[in-house]
Amino acid sequence: MTRALTLIRRRLVGSIFVLLIVVVGTFLLLEAAPGDAVDAYIVSTGGDAGMIELLRHRWGLDQSELTRLANYLWALLHLDLGQSVTFSRPIRDVILERLPNTLLLMVSATALSFGLGSALGIYAGARPGSFRDRFLSIGSLALYAVPGFWLGLVLIIVFAVDLRWLPIGGIETLASDKTGLDRAADIAVHLALPVSALGFIYLALYLRMMRAGMAEVWRQDFVLAARAKGLSRRRIVLAHVARNALLPLVTMLGLQSAQMLGGSVVIESVFSVPGLGRLAQEAVASRDTPLLLGIILTSAVLVIVINLLVDIAYAFLDPRVGASEAGA
Amino acid sequence: MSPLRRFLRTPEAVTGAMLLAALIAMALSASLLFPGDPQAIAGPALLPPFQDWSLPLGTDRLGRDVLAELFHGARTSLAVGLAAAAAALVVGAVVGTLAGFAGGLVDEVLMRITDAFQTVPSFLLALAFVSVVGPSLGVVVIAIALGTWTGPARVARAEVLSIRERDYVAGARVIGMHPLAIAFREVLPNALPPVLAMSSVIVAAAILTEAALSFLGLGDPNRVTWGGMIAEGRAVLRTAPFLSIVPGIALVLTVLGVYLAGEGIVETTAVRRGLS
Repeated sequence: MTRALTLIRRRLVGSIFVLLIVVVGTFLLLEAAPGDAVDAYIVSTGGDAGMIELLRHRWGLDQSELTRLANYLWALLHLDLGQSVTFSRPIRDVILERLPNTLLLMVSATALSFGLGSALGIYAGARPGSFRDRFLSIGSLALYAVPGFWLGLVLIIVFAVDLRWLPIGGIETLASDKTGLDRAADIAVHLALPVSALGFIYLALYLRMMRAGMAEVWRQDFVLAARAKGLSRRRIVLAHVARNALLPLVTMLGLQSAQMLGGSVVIESVFSVPGLGRLAQEAVASRDTPLLLGIILTSAVLVIVINLLVDIAYAFLDPRVGASEAGA
Repeated sequence: MSPLRRFLRTPEAVTGAMLLAALIAMALSASLLFPGDPQAIAGPALLPPFQDWSLPLGTDRLGRDVLAELFHGARTSLAVGLAAAAAALVVGAVVGTLAGFAGGLVDEVLMRITDAFQTVPSFLLALAFVSVVGPSLGVVVIAIALGTWTGPARVARAEVLSIRERDYVAGARVIGMHPLAIAFREVLPNALPPVLAMSSVIVAAAILTEAALSFLGLGDPNRVTWGGMIAEGRAVLRTAPFLSIVPGIALVLTVLGVYLAGEGIVETTAVRRGLS
């Protein structure tokens, strides 16, 4: 337990610096955008020069860049992300409202890609060089070449337009008053296609990593020892080869989280899922830069937290990690 | 066996090379075979494929020639993919070499910046960058490179760390070479092979990112892009699904070609070191 705590403390200290770079960097990038929040607001509501002046002053936009950055950082310490112009609500509330949908999409897609990918990887890697190994290897490469948004559209054409099995988009049936299990089932039906579109791309990655990892492990002495002991092939594959090849995949889970968040931007737009990614697109379309800044920050925090969780899981799965980390 | 012969005897590598050759031929012949503006109206709207042989793949919602758009789109995909990957590899190699060779505070600062770039989802960063600066071909290239240089930087740094203690580096120090000259003339060239081995993956990722950006309407509006064609076809998904399907197939074949050929080159020239 102390091992995990040391790990958490060290990673948190490092993360604060990284987050600070993200905040300052993104703030300066978005500062460079032509027009500010007042311009965006005036476009949607209308107003004269006096009104613009007043709003600029009220929102602190007439201050210098450095002052505003300092103000932003100070507000961030209080978990205040500012006010969204397009939604006329605190950005934090808007983001928190959309975040669960994105998390649900990501967690389901990760479960699909990791579960099915590693299972197929074990199936392929159990007999290196066999027909099924070559078939899955080439098939996964082809799958890896497919753009997620296009796969999403093809799934829509097949399952929503032609077969009419699944809904074309959204997160749940609007105004249906469903509750409890009914509502969960409704959401599951709506998310089936987006989760597949997002998950299948990364499935290929885990499949290939598992296969490559198993090929390495097969050559090691302890596999020979397990064979000499007379263990069954199934037991060698599952308990010895696959188990040891699984560890790098866990690390990949964390590294891929940023990629998957990025991928969900496009997938959410294809399937009109009201999540963080779609919100980012809305923020871009309406030039709501404070909102975009808030979304980028939230994503960065999410990525850091996921990686931290993965590292902790790894420390428990692989006893060697703790030993060297504690000594360092 | 020479690397070339080994390459030619790998069926996957040959397939990849052929796909790539076809793509390059498409890109180069686009303005010869389809002179004029590919975004101009060429016939009746929504003509299905294989009906009229002067418009073999039919027309889109606005009556534009799909085959001409496909050829011109190959150009954009290839240009953006190669340029963004080149930029990412150069920046990554330089940053990685500086970090690994200088060590200490420089290393610490550069690697924290790398961490920061890896913490922000690269697609979100590209989206923000394009929306701030405005969509054009050059901006899209920079936006994609912003999110991809970190991988090469880490690989280059790791390689430089192992090279910097070698005897010939010590020798260069003894004869009084400037540290920057040692870093970029002696160390960097030797650290390049594993960085270059990543290029096929990076080109492929760049092509896919460009497609996704233009699908969301953030590509160069004056150029035909496959992502833009897919987005355009989305409006008539029910009645004319081929408009979205055809450019998507072109994308898949392109990216697959890049992967297969790249993997073939890496494997046959055996520059692959510790990369899986």
